[in-house]
Amino acid sequence: MGSVTSIVEKRNQASKTPKRNTGRVASSSERRRHRMLEIAASWLLAGPALVLLIVLFFLPVLGVFAIALTDWQFGASSLAFVGLSNFREVFADEGFRVSLANTILYVLIVVPGTIILGLVIALLIESGKSCRAFYRAVHFLPFMATLTAMAIAWEALLHPTIGLVNQTLAALGIPTANWLRDEATVLPVLAVIGIWQNLGYAMVLFLAGLKSIPRDLYDAADIDGADAWLDRLRTVTLPMLGPVTMFVFIVVALKAFETFDTVQVLTQGGPGHSSEMLLFTLYRESFEYLRTGYGASVAVVFLFIVVALTLIQACVMDKRVHYQ
Amino acid sequence: MSINRFAPPAAIFRHVVLLTTGTLILIPFVWMVSLSVKPPGEIFREHFSLWPEHFYGIANYTKALTSSSLPHYMLNGVIVCTMILALQIAVCAPAAYALAKLNFPGRNLILGMVLIALILPREVLSLPLFILGYHLGILNTYAALIFPYVVSPFGIFLFRQFFKTIPDDVVHAARLDGLSELAIVWKIMVPMALPAIIAFAIFSVVGHWNSLFWPLIAVRDQNFMPPPLGIMAFKNEEAGNDYGPLMAASTIVVGPLIIAFLSAQRWFVDGLSGAAVK
Repeated sequence: MGSVTSIVEKRNQASKTPKRNTGRVASSSERRRHRMLEIAASWLLAGPALVLLIVLFFLPVLGVFAIALTDWQFGASSLAFVGLSNFREVFADEGFRVSLANTILYVLIVVPGTIILGLVIALLIESGKSCRAFYRAVHFLPFMATLTAMAIAWEALLHPTIGLVNQTLAALGIPTANWLRDEATVLPVLAVIGIWQNLGYAMVLFLAGLKSIPRDLYDAADIDGADAWLDRLRTVTLPMLGPVTMFVFIVVALKAFETFDTVQVLTQGGPGHSSEMLLFTLYRESFEYLRTGYGASVAVVFLFIVVALTLIQACVMDKRVHYQ
Repeated sequence: MSINRFAPPAAIFRHVVLLTTGTLILIPFVWMVSLSVKPPGEIFREHFSLWPEHFYGIANYTKALTSSSLPHYMLNGVIVCTMILALQIAVCAPAAYALAKLNFPGRNLILGMVLIALILPREVLSLPLFILGYHLGILNTYAALIFPYVVSPFGIFLFRQFFKTIPDDVVHAARLDGLSELAIVWKIMVPMALPAIIAFAIFSVVGHWNSLFWPLIAVRDQNFMPPPLGIMAFKNEEAGNDYGPLMAASTIVVGPLIIAFLSAQRWFVDGLSGAAVK
């Protein structure tokens, strides 16, 4: 009913004058009714999404904080406010400190490794015309392949006796290792898998960044005598990739912090705690040991790290917009 | 003019390096497929060969498909990914249209909420979502795998960006033709924003096909396990060190996405890198 009248009204408006003046022709009550209809339609269209955002995102976030600040256990009918004692327990726990340190070390290996390799591969692909799509596809493949399944392939690759890695090293006379069962090697090996998975993603972002560099800059560099490939790289390409690099830095860091699948499939945090990382700790404490308050506190710590990284990114991207 | 282009001899250098890195990247895939067609005797031999002396692929793949519920896991993956995508588009497209083309009080508030939700990592929310699922009595069902994802902040944001580029005149013309606002969403906006819809569909399906964290929490019953969880169950319970069938199962799980990727590369790269937003 309502929409029919509004359409009739619009038809009338359109037949009289095509542009702005229509508002003045229609009476103010008609205009108000039209406006109310638009608002009602807007809320009907956005309403389901809004309700779901509140139920599935905002209430759960409040829930995590609430659980972290109380002594509530899963299944318990009563709870009491305990302040920050869950956090004190978490930070006093040797296991959590190791998990946090492992995660940071892992990120410190994965981020530079991914960025440098992704950048070099993107520069090489962009420096020639042939086989671009082929090289891009090959390097991007790990990013979309099911990591759980690929982790199982990596396990076979790293198998102490029948794995390709140790067979190759033995053939070359290099000492071998039981990569996933040795405290000294397990975290670097997981980091290598992390780099393997993410470098195609970094490469794609760098390729997009390279495409957006204006060609005149290279012409100008040519006139200034920067005609060697390395000169152009140093004077134009790398400086112009600055903002993209910052963006890649953050998104890869976020991906690295969120590493879970390889730990779950390959090591379960072992041997000892040597490959335990934040998300695995969160999962194990919350859903295997059912230490609800502890798990929620770990979730809050994790949330703070992720939000901090994202805010850094937002500030940097904001600056980039201002400069352009 | 050459930009970052090498002189001719250096072009060879380019291919040498990229072929080397490319080969290293592909090794896990090649090793997986290679083991999946080898008999146990050749897998546990001390020296390496890419292709087996005795082709054992049929036996391994048959075992992977029959001794586990792998076909059932794959079907679960298809059901869950399809349901999630359909619901996401049904919820996000109208909201994105309202945010992009309609003027109403509260619009900026909703947009701000979408951007905040975009930051929140889903893993942080898993404990309350688990409790919610428990109280709804839907844990260990398809609904448990689907419900946290029915609204996608990324979907709303992406669609809104795309809808904004569609001229207002198109919307006005549709209204003059008697279309309701909801009909404008489905008959005008969504078809015109098809590239964004496809990019989002790839982002969503790949993400949920590959996801392990939430399914691990939401279902314990093998009947509802999606492929990553199923292959873990297969590894832990039945296959153990039976590498041939295990690698065959891994290949079957990874295969569909890789085939889809190779046949629609550009779409995948755009969809998964978020390049479609720009």
